[in-house]
Amino acid sequence: MIDCATLVGPYPFRQLPHPDPEVLVRVLEREGLTGAWVGHLPAPWQRDPGATNDALFAALEPYRATLQPAPVVRPDWPRWERTLRDLVDRGAGCIRAYPMHWGLGPHDPSMRALALACGELRVPLLLTVRFEDMRQRSPLDVAGDLTAAHVRMLARAGESVRLVVTGAGRELLEETHWSLTPEEQRRVFWDFAWIWGPPEDHLAHLIRTIGAERFVHGTHWPLRLTQNVRANLDLLPEPLRGAAVSDAASIYPVGKTPT
Amino acid sequence: MTEPLVDAHAHFYHAESNRGDWERVNAARMRAGAAMGVTYHVVSVLGSYGHTSPTYFPSPADVSRGNDAMRAMADGDRDHIRWYVTVNPNHTAHALAEISRGVTAGAIGVKLLASRRADDALNDPICELAAEHGLPILHHIWQHRTREWPNQEISDGRDLARLAARHPRVAFILAHLGGGGDWAHTLPAVLDTENVYPDLSGSGVDRGMLDAALDVLGATRLLWACDLTMETGLAKLRALEVIGLSAQDRRAVRWANAARLFPPGSFPRCAVA
Repeated sequence: MIDCATLVGPYPFRQLPHPDPEVLVRVLEREGLTGAWVGHLPAPWQRDPGATNDALFAALEPYRATLQPAPVVRPDWPRWERTLRDLVDRGAGCIRAYPMHWGLGPHDPSMRALALACGELRVPLLLTVRFEDMRQRSPLDVAGDLTAAHVRMLARAGESVRLVVTGAGRELLEETHWSLTPEEQRRVFWDFAWIWGPPEDHLAHLIRTIGAERFVHGTHWPLRLTQNVRANLDLLPEPLRGAAVSDAASIYPVGKTPT
Repeated sequence: MTEPLVDAHAHFYHAESNRGDWERVNAARMRAGAAMGVTYHVVSVLGSYGHTSPTYFPSPADVSRGNDAMRAMADGDRDHIRWYVTVNPNHTAHALAEISRGVTAGAIGVKLLASRRADDALNDPICELAAEHGLPILHHIWQHRTREWPNQEISDGRDLARLAARHPRVAFILAHLGGGGDWAHTLPAVLDTENVYPDLSGSGVDRGMLDAALDVLGATRLLWACDLTMETGLAKLRALEVIGLSAQDRRAVRWANAARLFPPGSFPRCAVA
């Protein structure tokens, strides 16, 4: 099982303890995870993602057996199609995109094109709902949360599309899921780092209603305690304890055409 | 027996709180508490939770009915449940009467919501009565308020520190360090006011928060708690195990600080352990 939602590098709005790949490798081992998709935390706030992608690949180079780069492709940037192919050739585990930070609305055709292009290359497109609680954000951090409209439009783009949405709460997840056909629903995977456990039991409710297979393991390290995700699983009510969530590494099964 | 554990910040719903699933939510808290090893839940009811008056500005009638419901639930499970008596300081006479009634009925602390800014003089008689009874006050807090937010008159660490400085005999539990806003602002705001004790509850699980709280305030100033999200409470417990705390400091955060701040004898099963 891999952690689909990790990052390295500094965060603009607060000091993070040791957001470094060598620390992440140790944390994954402690948590019993086999690897991670790793993004570069400064990326959403930089206009041109080229330099930040290069920094990410360089930082992860000694740890590539465990850490797979999750670089950024900005589809309103010149030559993004070539950038995408290059990044996949260099071993990107998934592609991160930040439409809210780039001012791209839910109907932006370039985001749709990116989702389809990722699908053709059989690499998941990872979308981030939020990095921090709205109540905590710096006045300079004005991007806002990703919307359900963004997610459903991309999920409807085509059958090859696979989305991993990180940081959603129950409300956004349910609005999105139930606005899609069963076939479209299967194109979307969610981490549950921001979904409440008991006593509200939102995670238990969602496992019952949309299925454990729609979820993947994502901790949001180094922003959040990695222990939170495992704790949420451990506190599921008895009939759901041990529910098998999906492994993000297997979203595109080897040798199979996406369905 | 495992090390005791006191959840110093919990809530129950009740039949008048406009939630059809109120019993399920309360039962889920007890189920998760048992799985985590919670020895005692210290619980409050916040009026009608918005059903007949606002959650953070409960009417006197709703305050009383909520406290009655809270008392009944605590009496139903004396092995695991202790309770705060909730008051609205805008209704001084009622608030004082409610505290007296609550103490008689077994309450071990006072719950202040966000009905009045923490440093407002209307809170003084409540603090004086709490001091007389040796009750800690759990105060709802927004970590660094930079503006007003709807449906609450929010206070932050600076506001609570001003109230606490006026009432040095009272222990003030600063609610949910991880519960929204900027916890990094709270730590220096209460550093010099030694009768303010942040609880660690809240849905926020920022890496660095526990380390910073321990560095700035020390283990004797912190209380473990869950509030509305118990998985984040369990995550923080597990994080406390791996960040190098001594056994004595872990014990302090898990339950010994609570045992010191609440009236003597509040947690007999902790004393046995």
